[in-house]
Order: sequence, then C-alpha cells, then structure tokens
Amino acid sequence: MAEITLENLAHSYLPRPARPEDFALKELNHVWQDGAAYALLGASGCGKSTLLNIISGLLIPSQGRILFDGQDVTTAPTAERNIAQVFQFPVVYDTMTVRDNLAFPLRNRGRPEAYVAERVNQIAAMIGMEHMLDRKARGLTADAKQKISLGRGMVRKDVNALLFDEPLTVIDPHMKWELRTQLKKLHHDFGHTMIYVTHDQTEALTFADKVVVMHDGRVVQIGTPEELFDRPAHTFVGYFIGSPGMNLLPAEVSGREARVPGGVTPLAAFYPALSGKVQLGVRPEHLRLSETEGLSVTIRRIEDVGRHRIVRAELEGHDLNIIAPEDQVIGAGMTRVVLDPARVNIYADDWRVDAA
Amino acid sequence: MEKTVNHKAWFLVLPVLVLVAFSAVIPLMTVVNYAFQDTFGNNVFFWNGLGWFEDLLASERMWNALGRQLVFSGTILAIEIPLGVFVALNMPKRGVWASVVLVLMSLPLLIPWNVVGTIWQIFGRVDIGLLGYTLDSMGIRYNYTQNPVHAWVTVIVMDVWHWTSLVALLAYAGLQSIPDAYYQAARIDQASRWKVFRYIELPKMAGVLMIAVLLRFMDSFMIYTEPFVVTGGGPGNATTFLSIDLVKMALGQFDLGPAAAFSLMYFLVILLISWVFYTVMTNLDKRGG
Repeated sequence: MAEITLENLAHSYLPRPARPEDFALKELNHVWQDGAAYALLGASGCGKSTLLNIISGLLIPSQGRILFDGQDVTTAPTAERNIAQVFQFPVVYDTMTVRDNLAFPLRNRGRPEAYVAERVNQIAAMIGMEHMLDRKARGLTADAKQKISLGRGMVRKDVNALLFDEPLTVIDPHMKWELRTQLKKLHHDFGHTMIYVTHDQTEALTFADKVVVMHDGRVVQIGTPEELFDRPAHTFVGYFIGSPGMNLLPAEVSGREARVPGGVTPLAAFYPALSGKVQLGVRPEHLRLSETEGLSVTIRRIEDVGRHRIVRAELEGHDLNIIAPEDQVIGAGMTRVVLDPARVNIYADDWRVDAA
Repeated sequence: MEKTVNHKAWFLVLPVLVLVAFSAVIPLMTVVNYAFQDTFGNNVFFWNGLGWFEDLLASERMWNALGRQLVFSGTILAIEIPLGVFVALNMPKRGVWASVVLVLMSLPLLIPWNVVGTIWQIFGRVDIGLLGYTLDSMGIRYNYTQNPVHAWVTVIVMDVWHWTSLVALLAYAGLQSIPDAYYQAARIDQASRWKVFRYIELPKMAGVLMIAVLLRFMDSFMIYTEPFVVTGGGPGNATTFLSIDLVKMALGQFDLGPAAAFSLMYFLVILLISWVFYTVMTNLDKRGG
C-alpha cells in the first residue's frame, strides 16, 4: 500500500503538444492518500482513463512525475509498481479455467501453490463463483467474466493500489449493488488505496470517501460527496452532480444582491466586484415555489419521480428546475420562485467565488 | 399449411440440373467410367471391376508419390505456420508502415504459379541465377537438377516464399482483433511475453490458423505447377508428387484407366483429410463455446 503523489503531471497523445487543447490530461498536482477510497468522476472522454493508465504505468506521461511513497516511479514498468487494475470490458483468459484465471497474477509472481489455492478460494467465495472454478472461462456471460476480472484484480493482497476503470458498466443493476458492496467491504477489511473511475454519480458518491471530478482533461474539484453537492467549485460539478443538476443563471453581483433575469435576489454574504462571465448557481432542491414572493417564472411541466416532483420552469428564456416536495400542493397561482440565499453559489468564468 | 402438389415445379430446377450435370457430374462420371473399365483400342471397353484400384494399391510408385506428397505438405506446414505467425507478430499494428507491409506481403500471392516456378527455376540456376551463382561462388555445389536434396530444398523454399504471406496475413487479422485491454491486463498480471502469446494471442488466432492450415494443406497436397516448372518431378522421381505422377500417368503414358482410379482415390484422400480437419475445428469451437 502506498501514498501516490502526482507532480505537475500532464499527458498528450500527440508527439509535440503545443496548445492546451492538445493535452488529454492537463497539468495536475495531487496526493492520493494511502488507504483512501477515491472515485474519479467525469463525462466520457474527460481524461479519467488516461490518468488511471498513467498511475498503473500503462502510459508514460508527457510531463511531470509520479511518486509511490516518495519514490519516483514515472518510468517504472507496470510490473514494478505492483498495481491491480480492472478494465471496463471483461478481460479473461479464454482457454484457462476460472481457477487458473484467478491464480494467474499470483503464479506469474511465483507464489507457492498452497498460498495460491487459498487465495483463489477466498476470492471465488467473495465473487460467488466457487461452484464454477473448474469451468473454462470461455463462453461465460459478460457478468461472470467481469467478476473474474474483478477477482483477478483483488487476488493479490500486497498491491500498492487497486484501480477500477468503470468496472461495472457491463454488469446487471442488481449485481452492481452487490459487487460495489463487496468492493467497499474489501476496502474496509484490507485498506488498499482504491481509485474507482466512473461516469455514474451514484456509483461515485456511494463508493468513495473522496470524489475527484474531472472535466475536459482537468481536475475541477476534489471533495466529499457533501462538498460537491453544497459547494461545487466549478459550474461543471454543479451541472454533473445532482439530478437534475444545478441551475445556472447569468447574474450581476453587487455586494449582498444579485441581479438575475426577472429581478433581484438577496445573497447570504457580501461579494467583491466580479468581472468576466458571472453566473449564479442554485440547486433545484434549494428553490421554493410561492404565490407571492420571488421571481416570476413560467411553469412548463411537472414530473413526478416518486419521492419528489421536478418542476420544469422558464425564467426569461432560461431553463429552471425546481424540486418540490411530494406533499406540497402546487396551485395555479404558484408562478413565483424563491432562492434560498444560504445555498446560492456565485461563479465567475465557471469557477466558484468565495464571499468576501 | 397444406403442401400443394404440382409436379410441373420440377421443370424449374431443370436448368440448374443441366448446368451441374455438364460442369461436374458428367466429367466426374467419365472419370469413374474409365476407372472401372479397360480397353485394347478401337474404342472397345471391357468391365474391369476394381482391378485398377487393386493394381494401384499394390503399386510401389503410387505409395512413393503419396509418401513424398505427405512429407512435402508436412514440411511446408511445419515451416509456414510458425513462420507466418512469427511474421504477423512482428508486423506493425498501425500507421503507414502497416499498410506498406501489408502490400509487400500480398505481392507473392498475386504472382501466377507458373511464373513463381519460372522465377525460381532461373533464380536457382548456377550459370545465370542469382541464388545458384552466389552459392556456387561460395563453394557450395548447388544443383537442383541433379541433386535430389537440392531439388527438395528449392521446391520447399519456393513454396515457403510463395505462401507464408497468406498465413501471416490471416494470423495478422486474428491479432488485430484483440482489444488493447487484453495486453494491458496481461501487463498488470505480470504475464511474460510467452504467456501473452500462449494465453491471449494464440487462442485469438486459433480459428484463423486452422483455416490457414486447411488451405495450405489442400493447396500443397494438390501442388503441380511450381515443382513441375522447376524440376519436372526430378531428378529421377525425387520431386514427383501425386499430381505430377498423375499427369505423367494420364497424359504421358495415356493409361486412362489407372489414372482415373488414381484421380478418384486422390480426391477421396483430400476429402477425407479436409473432413477430419473440419470436424476437429468445429469440435474445438464447441468445446470452448
């Protein structure tokens, strides 16, 4: 197990990157603490897998260094890093039995056969495949194959880190919960550093102690699920996390007030003068429909999703989503919306601004 | 649904029947006809039963030709399959060079067989051929027209030159279908180069390699043009393979009866071996899937 440090790390797939757009992964400094469970969250193509492959040594970064417990491993091959990685699509060795598949990483490292057998049995029990250990891996379902891949990733006890690259994409929903719970338990029991790449926010928020949100090759925020929800550091985080995401309105901020389309709304704190593209962000959960106070909106439709209702509204041409409690009666006259000043965030050029 | 009985429908299949009859059935049956009859001239034929077949099975000449044929096919398979796989493993996976190499590799496959024979016939000549002259000036008394070993080596090297590309291209196609994740996972699992080949590349190539073996076997088992152009089956009978022997018998000696019997047995042997291959292949698939 190790603490993994990234120093000025950046990567481009082009031979001579010049502009910032050439970089699949933009410059990054970060320390992955020993024994923590991280989720790496972002839309497809934002550089998550690139970052993961750099950590595991499948890619050598264009610039910067990677340290494992202070030791430079930037150019060290994968084998020396002692990393386990599970990929999005199941990789099994078709001609081997399930047992041999699970034993493969241990045998390649010359572990004694008795130890291998013991570990394989433990892992098989964990992924629920004890009854098919002697089957050939070819012809199994995608579910079963991915469980073998996961098992192969977990079979080594002494790994520095366990990396998962969207491992549950091909798994059935009910199996997803079960496997994710297994992974959490594994983390709890053995305390491996784990990095879990996903584009599914539920998966990220339930798995990880800390979520790293990436957007366009850049890490935009690292935080606990609460921090990401309450204080998104970047408009992308606000939009990407939450269902529906954060509402963003163009705003002019002066002191304790923000002028948005359709009126003025109070702020909880005093803001300095801002330049650039200024936006006000507020989550649908922190908007309240009212008959008398607030900004006047046009309500387009109301979707009942079970535990609450999502009101799709329009404010002077800007979409606005409001979450209304299930028991609230929405009358015909409720065409105004009130923002909770304490939960409003202000953004300048997409980055969150702290109140003065 | 009730079937409508209408015998006029048979007329609709007639064109196909006529076509197949003229293209396959009648020529084959004439061969069968010759195989069971004998003649002393004047276009008068006598029923000979299994006589020709019995003669053939007792003929040392046929067994020798079959033996040479099996050694030849076995040798070129033993060389071309591993060599083709080795070449495929070392071909560039992508980029301009991948295309260049693909074009270069397919060149030998595009050359007509008799031209291949002619190329090697001249190439190996001691007086004007580059290969023969070079070997000769190095002090190696190379002469494929007089030394049976030299004749064999020449014919085998020629076949390897002509057909290894086919195996390599098939194997290459198999390799190209392996997703990168397999190689990445193997690196994570610390698999050696040999294990990557044994557990990832070879299983993924198995299907195309079986096809390559089958194609190369059938082709080499029926080989005629190239050795005929280079050695004419000689020196002596050293490179007289089955088809060369057959042509000698049928056209050289005009022994139509024995040649017909020979053809039928030749055909059956190829059919039998191909069937065995096919069964083994489908069984392999079933066992896995």
